[in-house]
Amino acid sequence: MRNLLNFILRYQFFFLFLLLGTAGILLTFANQQYHQTFFINSANTVTGNLLHTYSKLTSYIALRQQNQELANSLAHLMNTYEGSYLITDKKTFVSDDTLVVKRFRYMHAELTNNSVNRRNNYITLNKGARHGVKPDMGLITTNGVAGIVTHVSNNFSVAMSLLHSDMMLSVKLLKNDHLGTLIWEGYNYRQASMTYIPPHLEINKGDTIVTSGFSSVFPENVFIGIINDWEVKRGETFITAKVDLALDFNKLTHVFIVKNLLREEQDELEAQIIP
Amino acid sequence: MRINLKYPFLFVLMIVLQIFIFNNIQLSGYINPQVYIFFILILPVNIKGTVLLLLAFGMGLIIDAFTDALAIHALSSLFMAFFRPAVLRIFSDKIDPEDMSSPSYSNPGTVSLFFYCVILVLIHHSTLFLLELFRFTELIQTLSRILISSGITIFFIMIAFAFIGRSGD
Repeated sequence: MRNLLNFILRYQFFFLFLLLGTAGILLTFANQQYHQTFFINSANTVTGNLLHTYSKLTSYIALRQQNQELANSLAHLMNTYEGSYLITDKKTFVSDDTLVVKRFRYMHAELTNNSVNRRNNYITLNKGARHGVKPDMGLITTNGVAGIVTHVSNNFSVAMSLLHSDMMLSVKLLKNDHLGTLIWEGYNYRQASMTYIPPHLEINKGDTIVTSGFSSVFPENVFIGIINDWEVKRGETFITAKVDLALDFNKLTHVFIVKNLLREEQDELEAQIIP
Repeated sequence: MRINLKYPFLFVLMIVLQIFIFNNIQLSGYINPQVYIFFILILPVNIKGTVLLLLAFGMGLIIDAFTDALAIHALSSLFMAFFRPAVLRIFSDKIDPEDMSSPSYSNPGTVSLFFYCVILVLIHHSTLFLLELFRFTELIQTLSRILISSGITIFFIMIAFAFIGRSGD
C-alpha cells in the first residue's frame, strides 16, 4: 500500500493528468449524449449575469445614438401622420395617399465593367452620386438580382456582384414561401446555392426561387432561378440546393438600380433590436 | 510578493479578455483566437506540475462555462499543460530549480520563445477544434481553422509577452 502511494506520488503529474482528462471527457461526452442540464454553461447564475451585465454595459455606448434614432422615427411618423396634411381640394386625385406608399424607385444604369471569373466579382456602373446612387442600393434585372452597390464616386458606382463570397441573399421557394439564403460558392457563375432549407420540405427539380423581400434592398418576388439539384451536406441538418441562375452575368449590360424609399426607416428599426 | 499578485490578476484578466473581446472575433467562421492560454504559457518555468495542470483545467472550464462548449477548452488546456514541461525542456537545457521567473523574450531567447508558443498553441488549437469536429464541421475546414486561428493567437500572445513579460521582471 505504501509502495502504491509512493508510486502515485512519484508520478503525480501523470496521474493528475489522467484524472482531469477523464473528468473532462466525461463532462464533454456524457453531456452530449444525455442532454442533461449542466451547470457549466452560459445560462447559470454567475455566467448568465456576467454576460447580461456586459451586454447592458455595451448597450449604453450606443444609447445617445439610439435616442436620436428614436426621435427621428417619431418625427418621421408625425410627418406622415394624416393630421399633418391639409386637404385643400377634394376633387383632385391624390397620388400620395397615405394608404399606399411608394416603396421602391428604379433607375436605369449601364455596366462599365464586370467580371465572372474571380471568387469575389464586382460590377461597375455608369451612374454615381450625381444621379442619386448610394451604397447598399440593389441591382436587379428582369432576370434576377445582380448585386448590391458598395462604393460610389461622383459619376460611377461599384457593386458587389451576386458572384461574391460575402453576398448573402434572402430568397424563398415560390411554391410554399419557405425561406433560404442564396450564396455563391465559386467556380460556376451560372449556379448558386440556396442554403438553410428545412429538411422536411419536399424539393423538386425545377422549383422556382424568388427573392423574399425581407431584406431592405430588394423587392419581393424577383425571379432568381430554378433548382437543379439538392443535398444534405455532411454535418449539416439543412438542405443545400443548387440553383441555376436565370441571369447570365457574362452577358449582363444593363441593370436597374433599386432605391428603397423606406429603407432607412427599416434599418434604423432593425438596428434597435441588435444590442 | 509581487509575483504572487501578478498571476491571479493575469488569470482573471485573460479570462475577461477572452470572453468579452476575443470570442467576438469570428470572421467567416475561420478565425477564432484563444488568447487566454497566454496565462498557461507565462506561468513560472518551475511551477509544480500538479498546480500547472489544475490551473489549466480550471481556466479552461471557466471559458467553457461562458461559451457553452461543454469541457473542450478544459480538455485542450489540460493537454497543452501536460506537454508544457517537456516543450520547455527542449528550449532551455539547464533549469535552475530556484528560478521562479516566467518564460520571456530574454530568458529562452526570442526564437525559442516563439517556437515554444507555436508548439503549445498548435497542440491546444488542434485538440480544441478536433474535439469540436465531433459535432460540427468537416476536416479540411477544421484544419484551416486550426492554422488560421493559431496564427492569430500566436500573434496576440507574442505581443502580450512583449508587454507583460517585461514589466513583470
